[in-house]
Amino acid sequence: MKHKTFFWFVLPSSLAMLLFIFFPIVSVLVQSVHVDTEQVIKEVTNCGPFGCETTTSVDQEATQALKREHPLGRFAGLTTYLDRRHLAVDEVKLAWNNTSGLGDFVKQLVNLPFYKAMSFTLAYTFIVTPLVIIFGFIIAVAVNGAVKWLRGPLIFFSLLPMLVTPLVGSLILFWMVDARGVVGAALQYLAGDPNLSVKASTPYTWVMLMVYGVWHSAPFAFIVYYAGLQSVNKDTLESAMIDGASRWEQIRYVVIPHLLPLTTFIALMQLMDNFRVFEPIVSFSASAHATSLSWAIYNDLGGETQQLSSAAATSVLTILGICILLLPVLIRTWRDFTHK
Amino acid sequence: MLLRKLTLAVTLALSANAVYASCGDISGTVSIVGNEFPAIHTVAKGATECATDKVTVVSNLTADHQKINLPGMQGDPAEYTSAIIANSSIIALMNEDVIRPLDDLVAKHGADIPKNNLISIDGKVMAVAFMANSQHLVYRKDVLEEIGVEPPATYEEFLAAAQMIRDKGIMENPVGGAYKSGWNLAQEFVNMYIGHGGEFYKPGTAEVSINNAQGVASLEMMKSLTEFMNPDFLTHDSNATGAEMEAGNVALMNMWGSRTGALMDEEGSEEVVYSNITVSGPMTVGGGSMPATTLWWDGWTVAKNTSDENAEATFVAMKNGTSPGILNDETMGEAVWMIEGYKPAPVNAGVFATIKAGAKPYPMLPYHGLLHTALGDNLSDFLQGKESAEQALADVEAAYTTAAKEKGFLN
Repeated sequence: MKHKTFFWFVLPSSLAMLLFIFFPIVSVLVQSVHVDTEQVIKEVTNCGPFGCETTTSVDQEATQALKREHPLGRFAGLTTYLDRRHLAVDEVKLAWNNTSGLGDFVKQLVNLPFYKAMSFTLAYTFIVTPLVIIFGFIIAVAVNGAVKWLRGPLIFFSLLPMLVTPLVGSLILFWMVDARGVVGAALQYLAGDPNLSVKASTPYTWVMLMVYGVWHSAPFAFIVYYAGLQSVNKDTLESAMIDGASRWEQIRYVVIPHLLPLTTFIALMQLMDNFRVFEPIVSFSASAHATSLSWAIYNDLGGETQQLSSAAATSVLTILGICILLLPVLIRTWRDFTHK
Repeated sequence: MLLRKLTLAVTLALSANAVYASCGDISGTVSIVGNEFPAIHTVAKGATECATDKVTVVSNLTADHQKINLPGMQGDPAEYTSAIIANSSIIALMNEDVIRPLDDLVAKHGADIPKNNLISIDGKVMAVAFMANSQHLVYRKDVLEEIGVEPPATYEEFLAAAQMIRDKGIMENPVGGAYKSGWNLAQEFVNMYIGHGGEFYKPGTAEVSINNAQGVASLEMMKSLTEFMNPDFLTHDSNATGAEMEAGNVALMNMWGSRTGALMDEEGSEEVVYSNITVSGPMTVGGGSMPATTLWWDGWTVAKNTSDENAEATFVAMKNGTSPGILNDETMGEAVWMIEGYKPAPVNAGVFATIKAGAKPYPMLPYHGLLHTALGDNLSDFLQGKESAEQALADVEAAYTTAAKEKGFLN
């Protein structure tokens, strides 16, 4: 394609990306290096149905005057990034100096909100992503091997978990693992422990969230692999068969190499998606046991007083996190590209 | 038939006239945003009666009202001309200066609003309250009779009763509580801390001070209570706790007055459960005299960024929505209305007892929302036995201080 044609071809989408992706990110960046102007507090008497009391209130006139002077708020540089709710540099240093051992240091570290969120987010990402790929592949090969008339219904049912809205899907599972739910009661019976509660234990909650994650995302990997399987070279497969390759050997030496580029694609998408894990934490009311960066953003904005700068800083850290995660995959893709 | 239709038409016309008369000569747009529960629906319906060809009244009632009311009032003109709020959520609107003082409108149209209902902040009327709410004891009469104890008046008696119910094998986990990590859990701490006589801040400042003996005692009491709760307590909000009560799994709990109606009606539970659910006053704790609960009011406000015409129409419509005219057999039991002509039903006895016991209102401080969030995020580790009470409280203080610095309340 000529450069000029190419330019006109991508212009609309470039403009849309500039408008809907680039500018919002810039605005979040700007927000994250500012904090609110000082709030002028004054003592006031409040009266209501339950009597009067002396308390404090924001002096609107003085505060608004300050706000007009600095509409963006006070410039704070990286303070928000380094504070206790984010990278917590001082607290980590303190913990490192006062630690009695590695275990104690880790314990102090995950007591800080950012590292607590990171510990779950990373565990979730690195456990769910490979499982999604493996399960998606197995389902795709199984469905592809089924008799033709059965494939349609099988594909439909295999795709269902992805079609169910995440909030609803996780709520259903949430009630199933309740101590009085089907899965919860079955687990109690199997473990022989009538007091076993999945929702009350941190490790079980993590497992539940990850099981949900695999259940929800495996259909995505399945449908991509299934599409890929349709283009496997029939001749190669047949010659492999003639050469006496077993079904496993056919998969190992013909199918898997053929599907490898797709695996890169799925891994990319899943790494991004799983790093942003959010809905199941809300639906499972799991915030006491597991938090994620996206949940932290939601929590900052959902309180009675919105904490925009903190949420902005967490957003930027999320973007950075995703970039770091994707780096190996992107480098690999680039190398493949330049190789050719 | 014709006669009937005619009578109907005339009655309708007359009533429309009557309504129109009570709303006076106003024009403009009234747009209400508020929480979604029966009492608020009644208020919005009452306000809608002021709709004429000159006045449009629309309402957006949703459980997510707190996420949209502030942005919806920050624009000029504001999308919402009135937000229905409670004593905690008015602060967010005050902090951003999006609601207007109502003194002029009260003088013009509000002579018949009870003085007590006017919420004044720094001498200016900022909201008009119309209902009260609080948490108080809700118990199963039959279960307490079976173990032979009076309804507990203190949390210590509450624990003793719970132990007896468990020992007698009546229920495994007889205590219910909205201890869901987040807002609910923080609210229970606020209750308990007030009951212990604690002060949240160093006097006259925004500096938090809860890592003290009262704070530790509050957490210890909460932990003792959770030992009698369903092990999933950190996922139970008031809805789930109410469901536990209706399912007959729970005999004692500290519950919102606004939810007792649903617990005591015939829906959702067996007769032995709903006919025995009884409300009582709030409890004290640790030998203190201050009830371990908070008082709440719900009220309405008028947006600042709207024309005087709309503000006046909004004031009149909202006043109509909270006037004695909205009370009938159906709406009477929906809330503890602070409206003339309201006759309390047994379901509301708990809120009345709370007011009479001299309970404190929920703190109306500009920075308290930040502390509430910090409490909700950091107390669950202690209740799960992962860290000490002192560590949990230190975490809360550190989280609050960080947030308060970012919001400009602390330097």
